Amino acid sequence: MFKILKHQKLGPKMQLMKLDAPFVAKKAEAGQFVIIRVYEKGERIPLTIADFNREKGTITIVFQEIGKSTHFLATKQAGGYISDVLGPLGNPTDIEYFGNVICIGGGIGVAPVYPLSRKLKQKGNKVTSIIGYRSKNYVFWEDEMKNASNKVLLATNDGTYGEKGFVTDILKKLMDEEKQIDRIFAIGPAIMMKAVANMTKERGIKTIISLNSIMVCGMGMCGACRVTVEGKTKFTCADGPDFDAHLVDFDILMKRLNTYKDEEKISFEKWKAEVDYYEES
Amino acid sequence: MKNLNKKQVPMQEQSAKERKNNFNEVPLGYSKKEALLESSRCLQCPTHPCIEGCPVHINIPNFIKAIKEDNVQLAIDIIHESDSLPAVTGRVCPQEDQCQAVCIMGKAGDPIAIGRLERYAADWDLQNRKEGKIKLPAKGKLNNKNVAIVGSGPSGLACAGDLVKKGYNVTVFEGFHKTGGVLIYGIPEFRLPKSIVQEEINMLNKLGIKITTDVLIGRTMTIPSLLKDGFSAVFIGAGAGLPSFMHIPGENLAGVYSANEFLTRVNLMKAYKFPQYDTPIKIAKRVAVIGGGNVAMDSARTALRLGAEHVSLIYRRSRKEMPARNEEILHAEEEGIDFRLLTNPIRYIGNEKGFVKSVECIKMQLGEKDKSGRRRPVPIDDSKFTLDMDQIIVAIGTTPNPIIPRTTAGLKTGRHGVIWADEDGATNIKGIFAGGDIVTGAATVITAMGAGRLAAASINKYLKGNI
Repeated sequence: MFKILKHQKLGPKMQLMKLDAPFVAKKAEAGQFVIIRVYEKGERIPLTIADFNREKGTITIVFQEIGKSTHFLATKQAGGYISDVLGPLGNPTDIEYFGNVICIGGGIGVAPVYPLSRKLKQKGNKVTSIIGYRSKNYVFWEDEMKNASNKVLLATNDGTYGEKGFVTDILKKLMDEEKQIDRIFAIGPAIMMKAVANMTKERGIKTIISLNSIMVCGMGMCGACRVTVEGKTKFTCADGPDFDAHLVDFDILMKRLNTYKDEEKISFEKWKAEVDYYEES
Repeated sequence: MKNLNKKQVPMQEQSAKERKNNFNEVPLGYSKKEALLESSRCLQCPTHPCIEGCPVHINIPNFIKAIKEDNVQLAIDIIHESDSLPAVTGRVCPQEDQCQAVCIMGKAGDPIAIGRLERYAADWDLQNRKEGKIKLPAKGKLNNKNVAIVGSGPSGLACAGDLVKKGYNVTVFEGFHKTGGVLIYGIPEFRLPKSIVQEEINMLNKLGIKITTDVLIGRTMTIPSLLKDGFSAVFIGAGAGLPSFMHIPGENLAGVYSANEFLTRVNLMKAYKFPQYDTPIKIAKRVAVIGGGNVAMDSARTALRLGAEHVSLIYRRSRKEMPARNEEILHAEEEGIDFRLLTNPIRYIGNEKGFVKSVECIKMQLGEKDKSGRRRPVPIDDSKFTLDMDQIIVAIGTTPNPIIPRTTAGLKTGRHGVIWADEDGATNIKGIFAGGDIVTGAATVITAMGAGRLAAASINKYLKGNI
């Protein structure tokens, strides 16, 4: 059992949890993830590690309530427990001095971008972060990102805060302005990462993305997380989660991510009927 | 009487019609009467080739003699000397290729049903344990040496069992939230009930083995860190690893599973009880399983039990070359699995949503013998055809998991990335031993257990030298 030390609401359907997981914290690096299981009948949920504290033995996860499992996780309070935390999983992001780096985070994807930007900055890179949210009330970790970057550019889709538009709109402007961009990292919805990949491919800027595939084991035995990269089958948990954005087949990835849409609905509806305190928000 | 003795006493099983709608165990085990009858067929021959035929060298004639004398306690004690998980091996060992293949009785008639008798003794023991009558095997003097075991599958548990009996402090590290490795995630309930695996693991716990779940060695901790943190030796029994694919178009469409994923969802995560359990599985109407081994049979029969209307098994050679146990092939046939032999998939075709909808196949014929001694399947020109399928399960084997070699500097690997170990189970690094599928590639439960036991003996020798 793993103790929940802190539970904070970050925005609509967006939650932060700090967990007591000393073994994970001891080894965690930017780019890695955990698999958690909330209770005995729960599924294995892969979530990126948004922060970690080696001394205190804690890790932070940030998640969005989408289906049954994440909604159920959100009902757990600080002081409570979840059954399993396995990690850190996946290969750490390859971070060195690249020069002029752009980090892009979309929505919940801002969370894993935070330790990434921080480490990149520590390594002496000039880090410009572009963070995008649906609307003003979805904005989280703006200050954290400012600390972890040399410059932060913020967009909301509806223009209620920061610039109006998508992260790709800001990226386009930046690419037009900046003479030299040495590397780009992008984490967010698959559709966003695909859009970023298409833009940077034209300019030949090496772009690394972090994939959130459908996953079961997370440790290299089941093959659920496979993805087509440069025409070859790769496993997100063993070979990734970072991949060269220009080599990933996003269309197959996005279709695969939809595999369990029907089942997720069944599970969520059943759960909603069971919990009397469920409220749409 | 003589004629009767030539035949094995049959074991009762659920009828095919009944069992394909449930996950309950198929063979029901021997009654006492049946066990006495079968054990009395054993000639107690002086050469006892069966012992040599058994990868863990159970003293088979002696335990059969004990059953014949209705001293089942003695029988199980004899088995336990060599085998920590008899209720498991009695069910899933390919006895027909091992102990029973060399049985003298097999020359005149049926060989002795050694596996069934082993299961009889083990189940008797489990029943006693349920009633609180627990007899723990003898343990050696505690020696304050710590040994880490990576993986709680058959090789790890066998190694742990032997070492704890010799007085070592044994800690088993398991990545999953549940102990048992392939016995839990791989082999279906209808072939090996999970409660039996759990009982056997409880026994190891009582012996003093510490099992830590949710720790993936290579990520959460590494082999070098274990050696630094007070473990004098490490045994790596990490299992078979990543599923293999054929590298044909459409392999990553939704609805195309590896057998490992399919079976893990169903067996470990209990997706067959969805939505009571949260892990989903697609219930398909038409399922194709690719492969001809035990894992392919398990997958096909599981798909049927989940509610598939039609399950085809596509295998590129003929029935004779199938690596699966004959008993499993027979069970699959009886349950109505449609065998598409001498057939190979060449392409999966998806619908507009990216779900698989059909598989294009080509007919094969057997050509010259290849390295494995089996005739090589060769495609027949102009023989392509398409089968409508809404689920594909690929069961063509595995390649070694790369995580441990990548995180253990200097660890020698062999062909395709398996961990290299010598005949005593020692790797090239002092204090690190390995065995089971991570060394040999995918094999059987009993060979993995044999490797675990061998490594335990080597670790004992190694650490005795160090004391």
